[in-house]
Amino acid sequence: MSLAIATDGTTQRNWLEKLGAGHVILGVALVLYPLVASDFFLTQIGGYSLIFGMLGLSLMLLAGYGGMVSLAQITVAGISAYAIAILGNNNSNILGFGWPWWLAVPFAVLAAAVASALIGWISVRTEGIYTIMITLAIATATYYFAQQNYAIFNGHSGYAGIRAPAFWGIGWRDAKPFYYLCLGLAVLSYAAVLYGSRSTFGMTLQAIRDNPRRMRALGYHVTAHKVFAWLLSGVIAGLAGVLLVWFNGRVSPGTIGVDAAIDVLIIAVIGGLRHPIGPFLGALVVVLMQTFAIDIVGAERFNTLIGMVFLIIVFVSPDGILGLWGRIKPHLAQESLRPGP
Amino acid sequence: MQPPVTESLAANRLQSTGAYALELDGVARRFGALVALSGITMRIAAGERRAVLGSNGAGKTTLFNAVTGDFMPTSGRIRFFGEDITDLPPHERIRRGLRRTYQISQLFKGLSVLDSIFLACRGVSRRRFSLLRPAASDVNMAQAESILNAVHLDTYRDTLVATLSHGQQRQLEIALALAGAPRFILFDEPAAGLSPTERRDLVAILNALPKHIGYIIIEHDLDVALRVSEYVSMMHNGRLFKEGTPREIEADPEVQEIYLGGKHG
Repeated sequence: MSLAIATDGTTQRNWLEKLGAGHVILGVALVLYPLVASDFFLTQIGGYSLIFGMLGLSLMLLAGYGGMVSLAQITVAGISAYAIAILGNNNSNILGFGWPWWLAVPFAVLAAAVASALIGWISVRTEGIYTIMITLAIATATYYFAQQNYAIFNGHSGYAGIRAPAFWGIGWRDAKPFYYLCLGLAVLSYAAVLYGSRSTFGMTLQAIRDNPRRMRALGYHVTAHKVFAWLLSGVIAGLAGVLLVWFNGRVSPGTIGVDAAIDVLIIAVIGGLRHPIGPFLGALVVVLMQTFAIDIVGAERFNTLIGMVFLIIVFVSPDGILGLWGRIKPHLAQESLRPGP
Repeated sequence: MQPPVTESLAANRLQSTGAYALELDGVARRFGALVALSGITMRIAAGERRAVLGSNGAGKTTLFNAVTGDFMPTSGRIRFFGEDITDLPPHERIRRGLRRTYQISQLFKGLSVLDSIFLACRGVSRRRFSLLRPAASDVNMAQAESILNAVHLDTYRDTLVATLSHGQQRQLEIALALAGAPRFILFDEPAAGLSPTERRDLVAILNALPKHIGYIIIEHDLDVALRVSEYVSMMHNGRLFKEGTPREIEADPEVQEIYLGGKHG
């Protein structure tokens, strides 16, 4: 009996050890962030980074684990955002069914997931650059369709006056609650992807990425697994779309334009596609750049500065910030092992 | 005229097992004007171990592709343990117990050795899909561990496949083919690129396979092929042109002339 207890004690790690020191420190920092941050930093930097981090995460799931690079993630988020505007309330005097948030949000996320699965079903017949081109074509077509259709998308104007709900006595549009709402959903998505990467489905997806031919030969339905990955990715992008429309208070074709589609790709590449934390790092860098570059180099040059930073990161580390950290980490470990003077 | 196919060994085995593992009747495969396989008729008993030899371009790998369903034959029928599988897709053939390895390793470079074998075991099980992490008590995980030992890769269970040596990757190829409950395996040049020590290991692994598992091995290394097979089929220009025991094939002057330069033995 005592031997069994001793064995358990030495081999089984408690939940804190399983979580890892990095996650604990990061979690505490993110929870305490509102204590030191102004409303501007809470929403425009914190909230916005978390929303775009979730969008990048939805791409990371597809590209990092499935080998499928999509430029249609913002389109999927846009479908969810439009669904919230149409099913809930807006002040554009068109549609706006007035559904409560607890009904509109699941429907919006479901619509995004189904749309994502449909895009996936179309694009899994291709590989590499052709997947990128097909998803770009779908994103562009959706943008123009939304711009030219007034019956559903209200054309160029889109929908405005969309507000985050108030429930449990909390106005979720206020800076602090909205930040925590973004943080909660981002952590949920991150944890799900991290757990899923070691699940049977996650391993299957990575094996399909490495060698679809062999997976077919082992009895797997490769197309079905890929389409299911698109569905899961659509759920994350759909949640991000809900937060995005609550954050902006509006949604229009500009929200789902090609510029935004490329932003999501840049976020994922800058952060790194090897680990779910990468897109959040990338989103923070891009949001900081988009917010403050204009103050550094002026309105005419800020996009150039953003482009330069992107080039430098990709040139120095093709694996993004995660790759850079992966190379620095062993040196830091060696420094810490070196005896002091 | 095509020589008759010798079936004495298969017939003997058939008396004890009651079924052919693999029957090919006039299997042909064309790629446009190129005839890759022509009128291949072959019967292999359950548990039989056969080598298919021939020069490059003889049609050996095309024969494998036809059996596994990677390429559908242009004509002819294929039966697996009595069932006509000619029109079945590859994954359905896998589920019936047919396995193969590849001439060039087809592995999952981003996964660990154990995870790769686990997925191979899972692929032929009924519960292939799960959003949960595999439990330590998972029957597929236990089987994966056992296969890991069988192919002498137990010390590399958590190693990333991309970091394995070529020889270890060839062993993993065999491990993937052993997953599930294989009844018949097609080995495509498993000794390619292996060192002499690794070849000895390979021979040991193949000879230690359970007796009910039959196989066909394509191998250019005659030392390996003749030591792990009971019967040999020679192919040339997409046709079977001679069959016999390893001793008969080794002593055949025509085989020596064509494939061994008349100096072997």
